Amino acid sequence: MSNVHATRPVVDDEATAAVPTFEASGGDWSSIAEEAARLGEERIVVNMGPQHPSTHGVLRLMLEIEGETVTEARAGIGYLHTGIEKNMEFRTWTQGVTFCTRMDYVAPLFQEAGYCLAVEKLLGITDDVPEKASVIRVLMMELNRIASHFICLGTGGNELGATTIMTLAFQGREHILQIFELITGLRMNHAYIRPGGVVQDLPPGAVDAIREALVGVRKFAGDLSKLMTANPILKLRYQNVGYLNLAGCMALGMTGPILRSAGLPYDVRKANPYSGYETYDFDVPTGTNADAWDRMMVRFEEMWQSIHIVEQALDRLAKLGPHAPVMVADKKIAWPAQLAVGPDGQGNSLEHIKEIMGTSMEALIHHFKLVTEGFRVPAGQAWSEVEHPRGVLGVHVVSDGGTRPYRAHFRDPSFNNLQAVSVMCEGGNLADVVASVASIDPVLGGVDR
Amino acid sequence: MTDPKDATRDAAATPVPTGEKADAAATVKPGESTTPAAAAAQATSETALEAGAQNTGRAGAGTTIPIIDVRYGMFGVHGSGDTSGYGGLVAPVAMPGPSERPYGGWFDEVVDILAEVLDESGTGFADAVPSVVVDRGELTLNVAREHLVEVAQALRDDQDLRFELSMGVNGVHYPHETGEELHAVYHLVSVTHGRRLRLEVTAPDDDPHIPSTVGVYPANDWHERETWDFFGIVFDGHPGLARIEMPDDWPGHPQRKDYPLGGIPVEYKGATTPPPDQRRSYS
Repeated sequence: MSNVHATRPVVDDEATAAVPTFEASGGDWSSIAEEAARLGEERIVVNMGPQHPSTHGVLRLMLEIEGETVTEARAGIGYLHTGIEKNMEFRTWTQGVTFCTRMDYVAPLFQEAGYCLAVEKLLGITDDVPEKASVIRVLMMELNRIASHFICLGTGGNELGATTIMTLAFQGREHILQIFELITGLRMNHAYIRPGGVVQDLPPGAVDAIREALVGVRKFAGDLSKLMTANPILKLRYQNVGYLNLAGCMALGMTGPILRSAGLPYDVRKANPYSGYETYDFDVPTGTNADAWDRMMVRFEEMWQSIHIVEQALDRLAKLGPHAPVMVADKKIAWPAQLAVGPDGQGNSLEHIKEIMGTSMEALIHHFKLVTEGFRVPAGQAWSEVEHPRGVLGVHVVSDGGTRPYRAHFRDPSFNNLQAVSVMCEGGNLADVVASVASIDPVLGGVDR
Repeated sequence: MTDPKDATRDAAATPVPTGEKADAAATVKPGESTTPAAAAAQATSETALEAGAQNTGRAGAGTTIPIIDVRYGMFGVHGSGDTSGYGGLVAPVAMPGPSERPYGGWFDEVVDILAEVLDESGTGFADAVPSVVVDRGELTLNVAREHLVEVAQALRDDQDLRFELSMGVNGVHYPHETGEELHAVYHLVSVTHGRRLRLEVTAPDDDPHIPSTVGVYPANDWHERETWDFFGIVFDGHPGLARIEMPDDWPGHPQRKDYPLGGIPVEYKGATTPPPDQRRSYS
């Protein structure tokens, strides 16, 4: 093994040269089928993706089939690798948020929260994060969980050919995205949660707007639930499909709805609470059959539980009032100004500009140093876990005492869970591959990072 | 060794814990967020480095704090003369050093049980786990690579340990830690006992081999492939150690520190922004 080298091709071409290959391009499928028949080749390898509407993005599945039965399934990933972790090593700790939010783009706020919790642990300011910031984080994460589950259920239905399921789900999600736009300014890639708190307070009227949006979310979640949970076709497609029992889940490191559908109520929000989750009242739904159907039911129930948590968070926000701090008091970490929308777009608030440009040179220096250089984080490493809609998102950050992360690694749940594709699909029907992959709910932006 | 008084005077420019102060800091209860050894070693003078080294000499038996880098000067100014007045600063960067008992909480219990299991098997705890680091409320076991699989097996199977869920592997590259440049970091969770810990295994750059843990934790399959892909750590015994994110014929391992980020300068309205790795950095 010592002669393995980086530049050496991993695929051994001599070993694979003897395998007959059949290329299907243009309209010559019949001649390929004839050749395969002539050679007596029973084994067919089908390449599904990376550009295929039912693979949830650029996932490539290499399926070996015999008739309609899948005998071997492998997943090929890496088509969306953008080197986010490497890039984060060249930006400040605060700028890191804008990168990690782009990993799993369906659930961006979870990467932000996980990363910020890890950085706060490194800084030793976990207990200094103001209560309002934690409540807003919980609120945003739970809204994001509902939106993410909408996508999972909707696209899962769409991949089976049920377009109505998708349109209902996207309409429900739209209510949440409008709330995100109201609060963060963006529908995705928010960079809203920052080390020490959140970037800015909720705008006036946000609490009422969320309550209003929840009406729509409830309606569409209810409609979707009615449409899906009693649908005989969907039952045939989802029940006893993509089976992975508890032992398999533990061995393969499955977490989230997949693990809970096998009956283990493991949820980081309960097992290792963060951001004050231990003070909220909610249940961890589980299934018993460990199949795609139970995963769907678990996701539906989680959406209702998330709505319940959002309501509790809204009540707390109403109690905390509009002037509670949303960022740590430490001026060496907290951003010097709140954002405001001016005549030329969003930027620092005018009062702040007036102060640093007109009255206080020290304030200008402070602003300049903090924004360009950033704050220093004491050397060491930290690990944080958050319950992502797809499972446990682990964030490992290493600091060398500088203004940039020395290393930031995201243990993305989709990445880990995709390892179950083989176990779930092999021995089943080709058509069930689509249902199984949909029940894993991978988001390739998070898988490849 | 420098006289403590001199040390205090030398380091007067910066608040460095030396002498008695450092001793007091070293007695802080482990598991808390303070890192006295690291704080001392990060201070900004040669004296501080010596003081830091003394701390660790007392703290761990024959082990030193891992110095991962040495910084010179301040504000990231290099090659333009010492205009800042801080050009003479030398700041060694050290990771938190080994901790002493008691580690606090359940950490002692886990280490005791693991020591018992490993001593019984004849491997010996001291050989398999050379040092234990407790930092920021997290337990890290530094494991010798030849005993990694046995340690993982013990952690997974012993009924009082039961770290049954693996959160995968990832690498960290420390080019300045000669002889142990490559680190593989494993995070394990015990669902049964509600605990989590970290294993850290090192390998030198010229022999980047670490035994595979896929036999113990099948979940580590893709994670080890990713770590091979990005850091070039060869996991011996892995069932199919192929690249996973980068194309199969990609040269190099992109997340190593000696691999450049790449990028091109961007011009906008007459101003040019250099690529991120060539912009000003602050030491």
